[in-house]
This record gives sequence, C-alpha cells and structure tokens, in this order.
Amino acid sequence: MADIDITSKDIDGMGPHGTKVGLLRVLGPAHIWALGVGIVLVGEYMGWNFAVGKGGAYAALIACWVAGILYTCVAMIDSEVTSTVAAAGGQYTQAKHIVGPLMAFNVGLYLVFAYTMLEAANAITAGYLISVVASMTGYSGELDQRPFIILVIMFLAWLNYRGVLATLTFNLVITAIAFCAIIVLFLSTSGILGGGIMQHAALFEGHELPYGWIGVLAAMHFGLWYYLGIEGTTQAAEEVRSPARALPFGTLAGVMTLAIAATLTWYLCSGVLPWEYLGDGVNGSVAPLFDTARLSGSTGLLWFLGFGTLFATLASANGCINDASRAWFAMGRDKYLPGWFGAVHPRFRTPYRSIIFLVPIALIFALGAPLDQVITFSILSGLLEYTFMPLNIIMFRKKWPMGTIKRGYEHPFHPVPAIVLLAICATVFFAVFLGYGTQLVAMIGFYIVVSLWFHFWRYRFVNRGTQFTMPWPKPAGY
Amino acid sequence: METWNLLEYAAWGVSALLALYMLVDWLRVDSTYSEDVLTSSREGELEAITEEHHV
Repeated sequence: MADIDITSKDIDGMGPHGTKVGLLRVLGPAHIWALGVGIVLVGEYMGWNFAVGKGGAYAALIACWVAGILYTCVAMIDSEVTSTVAAAGGQYTQAKHIVGPLMAFNVGLYLVFAYTMLEAANAITAGYLISVVASMTGYSGELDQRPFIILVIMFLAWLNYRGVLATLTFNLVITAIAFCAIIVLFLSTSGILGGGIMQHAALFEGHELPYGWIGVLAAMHFGLWYYLGIEGTTQAAEEVRSPARALPFGTLAGVMTLAIAATLTWYLCSGVLPWEYLGDGVNGSVAPLFDTARLSGSTGLLWFLGFGTLFATLASANGCINDASRAWFAMGRDKYLPGWFGAVHPRFRTPYRSIIFLVPIALIFALGAPLDQVITFSILSGLLEYTFMPLNIIMFRKKWPMGTIKRGYEHPFHPVPAIVLLAICATVFFAVFLGYGTQLVAMIGFYIVVSLWFHFWRYRFVNRGTQFTMPWPKPAGY
Repeated sequence: METWNLLEYAAWGVSALLALYMLVDWLRVDSTYSEDVLTSSREGELEAITEEHHV
C-alpha cells in the first residue's frame, strides 16, 4: 500500500473526489439473502424435475446434492473474493482485478446473458401461470400471454429503476412467502401435521435408477436448477452497508436455505407423483410443487402454492434485472462497453441506462425465443462462470496471500473447494454435452468470436490505467 | 367482453405507462445533469474512504 495514495485526485476513483453520484449503500444481509434465494427459488417450483426424466427420482436426488456441493464451493469462494473486491459487477470485477481484461470481458458477458435469459424465461413462465389461473377461473378463450409477459418485465424494470432498496425489499417479502409455502406443504403432506400422503416405497419400486448411472450423470445438467443464480448475490456488493459482513452472511445463508428447499421439494414431489409424469416438465408436471398441492386435496394449499409459484417467478426475474444491469453498468464504467452505460441516476441512485437498455433485449427473448433454448443458454453461461471461479480463487490466494489484504471472509480448506468445483464443473459439462451438445459448441463459438472482437478492437477503449481501483498492495511477484 | 379480456388491455396499458415513465425520466435526467456527473461513479469508494489497508 505504501506506493499508492488512496486519496489522490490524479488516480481515478481512488478517493472521495472521484464519485459525484454513486450507487446507494442501503442494503443489509437479508437483502443479499433475498437477492440470491429470490433468483433461484423458481428452480424448486419448476425445472428441476427434468432431472427425474433423465435418470429417475434417485438420480434427481443425487444431482441435487452434488449440485449442492458445487454451489457450496461457489458460495464460499464468492464470499471470500467479493467481500474483498466489494464492487458492482461481481465476478466480472473479480476477474478484472485478479485474472485479466479478456477474462473479465467474457465473465461480464456470461453474467449479462445468464441473467437476461433467465429473466426472459421467468417472464414467459409468469405469462403461462397467468393463463393457467385464467383457465382455472373459468375463462374459456385463449388468453393472450404477451401483455402479461411484457407487464412483468416492465413492472420489474420500473421497480429496479426507482431504487435498489424497494426492489430487494419486495424480493425479500415474496421470496419469504414462496419459501414458507414449501415448508407448509411439507408439514401438511408428510405426516408431521395431520395425515401424510407420501408413497415413496410404492412409487420407487422397480424404478430406482431406470437408466442406470449414465442417467445419474445426465441428470446433473438439471441438478443445477436447484441452485442456479445464488452467485448473483455478489452483484449487490457496491450497495450493501457492510460488504465484509453482509455478503458472506447473505450468500452462505442463501445456499443453506436452498439446500433445505431443494431436498424438501424432491421429497415432496417424488413421494406423490410417478417419476414418468414428474420427469416430463412439458407434457407432464410443469410445476411439481403446485401439482403436489393439488393432490393434497386442500384448497388452501392449492392457492398458497399457486401464489408461491408466481412469487418465485417474479422474485427471480426481479433479481435477474438487478444483477444483469449491475454487470452491464460495471463494464460500461470501465469502458469495456461504451462508458455511457456507466451512468447512475442522481435521484434514485441506480444504473438507469443499463436497466433501460436491457429491457428490449429481455423482451425480444421473452416474446421470440423458445423457453428451453433460452434456459439452456442461461445455464451454459452460468456453467462457464463457475468454471472460472476455481482459477480465480487460486490466483487470488497466490497473488495476495493471507495477511496481505483484509478479507471479509476466509473460506476454509483452500484449495479443496476450488478443486472440487472444477471437477464437478467438468462432470456437468459432459452431462450438458450429452443432451445439448450443439448448443454447447455454438455458445463456446460465440464467446470465442466476441473475445476476438474484444482483443482486436474494443480493448483499445478500456480504462487501462484507472480500472484497478482497489487500495491493495501490488500482487506477489509483480 | 370477459374480465380476462379487460385484464389483457389493462396489462398493455400499464406496461405502456411504465415504459413511458422510464423514458421521460431518462430524457429529463440526461438533459438536466452533465455527463461528467452522471458517469462519475467509481468502484472501491467505500474502501478508499473508510478502510485502512496495511501490509
């Protein structure tokens, strides 16, 4: 630190004279929890059950727990790095400081694509849910889902535009309701309160692993759905009051919540729905928790889980808008993208141009692309991001060993979590290749093309001398 | 006309109003404040101001 003056007026952003209008630091650990769990919980309400179709109910449970290990490693690594690199952009900013510009550009794009695609998928799902409600209430015609899809995106974009505190407080409330719905369904149908309806032994007999261990491997692809998006907590790093405390606390509490919710969800649905029906998420059980509530025979549970499904969908889309806009904003601020995107609203203190810019992109995908393709692109972008994390933490510990900078959280057993994460990512890549090989190759081709564009054209505009704004000592060996 | 048809129209209308609000506010902000102020945000501000990093 000795050779850096953190209050210099000459070094960009290194002192109180840099920022005139910045993001607002108003969030606490509960908002971080709501951001992470809010994005993910929709995966418990729908989507995870494709894993059952790939390999049966037990395969889905194994995938759930292996993916749980993957995301625990992600949460631990993220908590350490982001509580130290506490800035908007999350993994993009981590990559910029620790690995290099080309990796940062790619990670930034993974983030924006993963979250914008997931937002589009959630809006499509919300439109579908509203059409289901219409038919349940006796509407006989064909409901036009488009206005409801657009309304979801517009309303949540407006909420994000108006301020981060209201946005994530909204997420906190609806995510908590959606989580409580799963708990209440478990208590009501498992026999703890009143009579149970679970039939695991009868439903599993003769169908333990219908496609053998290759089915378990194939199920890993959809095992990610139980947790996909928890790493989004890092995007709020520049808006929390105490990054060193709130980020690790919110992220680790979030992954624990999801491990509980995922296991309960599997237990509930696999104990009531036959695996052939549960595993077909298109023509069979689109929303397994809701279907379980229907089979319980309770009208109250039916409505509670119906609202839970809708709230989980809205919370996910809301968090995705928040995260995609922060990643886009951070890239604009460093001139990885046009600097125009790095603007902050002087009253609402949000990255308003980035929020508005991503609205039409989400609308195009929500209205014009098939749901499975949108989700696959989101998962693949997320998977690339997770593969970057082990490399990131190993370089982080090597460049800035323990004791050289202040860390909000120090994850244990390094480098075991990094090695485990890398191994599970390799396994999931193979699983994805089994089912979506063409999309995987196409997406990697896309990122190679944009990397070449960045290297040969865009990099000349990057704020090379001023992008490293953390008041850290020089890395070891430099 | 059924309730759900009315809700379809309402969804179109509310969406248009929200989009209009954001567009008008965006243009108003951009014309009121200079680009220098709007894009002045820098990362690491909290650490630079309040935290001490000693090797």
